[in-house]
Amino acid sequence: MIGLESLRGLQGALLGAGGIVLPHIDYTAILPELILLGGMLLLLVVAALSPRRLATEFYATATVGIGIASLVASLVLWKDVVSHGPFTAVAKSLDIDGFAVLFLVLVSCVLIVAPMLAVGYLRREGIEGCEYYVLALISGSGAMFMASANDLVLVFLALEVLSLPLYVLAGFDRRRAASSEAAIKYFVLGAFSSAIFVYGIALTYGATGSTNLGQIAAFLARNVLTSNGVLLGGVALLLCGFAFKIAAVPFHMWSPDVYQGAPTPATGFMAALAKAGGFAALLRVFVTSFPTLRSSWQPVIWVVAILTLVLGASFAVVQRDIKRMLAYSSINHAGFILLGLQAATAQGVAASLYYLFIYAFLVLGSFAVVTLVAGRGDDQHDLSRYRGLARRQPVLAGSFTVLLIAQAGAPFTTGFFSKLYVLQAAVAAHSYALAAVAMGSAAIATFFYLRVVFLMYSGSAPVEAGVSPELVEPGAASLAAPALAMAAPSGQALASGLVAAGGAGVEPAWAKRSGGGSGASGEGDGAEPPGEATTGVPETPLSSSPWTVAGLGICVGATVLFGIWPEPIIEFARLATTIF
Amino acid sequence: MTPGAPALLASATIPDALTFAVAAVICVVGALGVVLMRNPVHAALSLVMTLFGIAVLFVEEDAQFLAAIQVIVYTGAIVVLFLFVIMLLGVDRRERVTADVFRGQRVVALGLGLMVLAEVVLLARTRWVTGARSATGALEGPGTNVAKLGRAVFTAYLVPFEVTSALLVLAVVGAVVLARRPARTEPRRGAGASPGGEPGTPSGEGPAGDQASQEVPHAGDAGGAGRRGGGDGADQVGDGGGARLEPEEVVPR
Repeated sequence: MIGLESLRGLQGALLGAGGIVLPHIDYTAILPELILLGGMLLLLVVAALSPRRLATEFYATATVGIGIASLVASLVLWKDVVSHGPFTAVAKSLDIDGFAVLFLVLVSCVLIVAPMLAVGYLRREGIEGCEYYVLALISGSGAMFMASANDLVLVFLALEVLSLPLYVLAGFDRRRAASSEAAIKYFVLGAFSSAIFVYGIALTYGATGSTNLGQIAAFLARNVLTSNGVLLGGVALLLCGFAFKIAAVPFHMWSPDVYQGAPTPATGFMAALAKAGGFAALLRVFVTSFPTLRSSWQPVIWVVAILTLVLGASFAVVQRDIKRMLAYSSINHAGFILLGLQAATAQGVAASLYYLFIYAFLVLGSFAVVTLVAGRGDDQHDLSRYRGLARRQPVLAGSFTVLLIAQAGAPFTTGFFSKLYVLQAAVAAHSYALAAVAMGSAAIATFFYLRVVFLMYSGSAPVEAGVSPELVEPGAASLAAPALAMAAPSGQALASGLVAAGGAGVEPAWAKRSGGGSGASGEGDGAEPPGEATTGVPETPLSSSPWTVAGLGICVGATVLFGIWPEPIIEFARLATTIF
Repeated sequence: MTPGAPALLASATIPDALTFAVAAVICVVGALGVVLMRNPVHAALSLVMTLFGIAVLFVEEDAQFLAAIQVIVYTGAIVVLFLFVIMLLGVDRRERVTADVFRGQRVVALGLGLMVLAEVVLLARTRWVTGARSATGALEGPGTNVAKLGRAVFTAYLVPFEVTSALLVLAVVGAVVLARRPARTEPRRGAGASPGGEPGTPSGEGPAGDQASQEVPHAGDAGGAGRRGGGDGADQVGDGGGARLEPEEVVPR
């Protein structure tokens, strides 16, 4: 029997006299990632060895279990970080601090909720199997590594580990050409942006002599570069790579097409995870490594944020496809999160973290509703589909309403606080113009979110079989126009103005809803059987899968609960930023 | 280039500068070839030229190991894979490269490209290639290339190195998912039962493959096999891949 000592001796002999000192590997520091990767391998092995096909519920349960395990490991790590302070692990390539642990927790939560929302879909479309969950788990580990990476090389590899499964998930439904098209588009553009990112790493390395974020920061703090063209070029290219990942405006072109074509639950997962991972690395690299270059990159972020906010919101208004609309709305959200980066203060970063945290639940839940409404085949995404949804599926419509008005930033939802905090941070950093633009875009965004809400609760239109798009548009526009008109002027004001915008936008919404709703029941009772507005494939009832109910329940519950009682997450984000 | 040229010759040794110049020309000409060649095989071969030029640059930088890896992995393996794929897809296929998908795309692209070039020149300003060693990023200390690289991989870059393994697993799973035949929504019985597919099965690409295999009586019912096999990855690679390669397409003339 060979003891451990003799193995060590052998190792020493092989390495020779001047042998290398292997870095100490702190396994607790990488436990969340290890759990995800190990669980993923286990799932693959079980799937390959099991003599008969295992139900998709089995894989989903396993994935949720793995997610819970990594959540527990992350929380243990959080306790560690809080009591002992941040530390670097494994040859300084991982930075375990509050910031990283917040993302570990966030990714674990996404991995708990996302499989629940995928089960019903995979079963309905007949594409069951372990691959969806396996890819989700690898992607999650990539996002985790991105958040804790302290080395640009690791950031790049983690970015690839995060993105490649998302490309595959986008093309997961091989029978729909749109899905394959989405995968190809995402892959080609993603590979291109990765190449740009690597070029940025190379230039940064050339200028600073290290890829380690800590060493880069130390180098830049010690030295004043007389000619920093190479470094600035590197920083610009890094920003391009990140901007692609988070779909900020000059690099957002892929996002609507991919969101539309990808299988709907995968879209939600992609939106939640890619944004989290991309922003995690973006914030860390720019705020911790290049603080000395702040005067150079802040104006760039300022322009990008304004473009992202305005174009995201305005393009969302003209979309007829709910997934495209949500894609542009997620671009708009990216603009809001960029506000926190542009501020480049602890307050700003905390606000961005909070925003990212709650956004993940909002987007997962929203796309879960879209999945159900789309019905079998996953291709009924026209807005007219949502007309009268409240009558056919009141619970589903209610959930979607909560998620949408939260995205719009209504009070008593998490969306309100997230927008409030980033705006506060922007105002505190004296970016008044940016804050004003952000609020204007929030007003525009209120319009298109409420349009869907109105549609869901306006079942009174005398529509025979099939809703023609022409019938929907003027009605929705005229209904939502007052909301926009009321919200727009107040959007010009500052922080408190948002409250007004949100309030003004939402109050008439509810008033109209109840009015429209009662009218609908009055008129609709005699004339039309419920569900007449649907054309072709019927939508999937919410009750079809307890998993979806549970997942959607978590998303809506978190939105409302933390909207009324936001302190825990705010405190979490604040602590995460101070332990940096 | 004129203000840079004297500096280039002044501070670098003549052979260094010459090697760099020659390798740089090889790289750029190869890169232009990749973009401009009509025939994809020629484009791939131009890529070999570029990669080879980069290998020469590595040698000049005293990174002999990297140069060898560059030649073996990139020119040896990856470009050969490119060629395989090009051959499989058919070399004779004509691409309409002249068609403008979006009107004015070329003008905009040209403008943006020139803008980036101007920006690079502006950023570089007086910093032309001099042959001087980087003060910050140069290899230091004793030992050979390979030893240094090995040391870096197993110490400072241990985590990235291990994450690469996750990337490889992921590549396999992803390739399996994308390469296999799409499973059917309704389990169908009847159409050909042999899962391997026979030569002559229309190559199924994307959703079209599903319909095509329904029309042909001999179609390998990979979809059905998928349901039986459970849609669990590994055992289906053969099915999907095997059924897709059509002899007429494989053999180029």
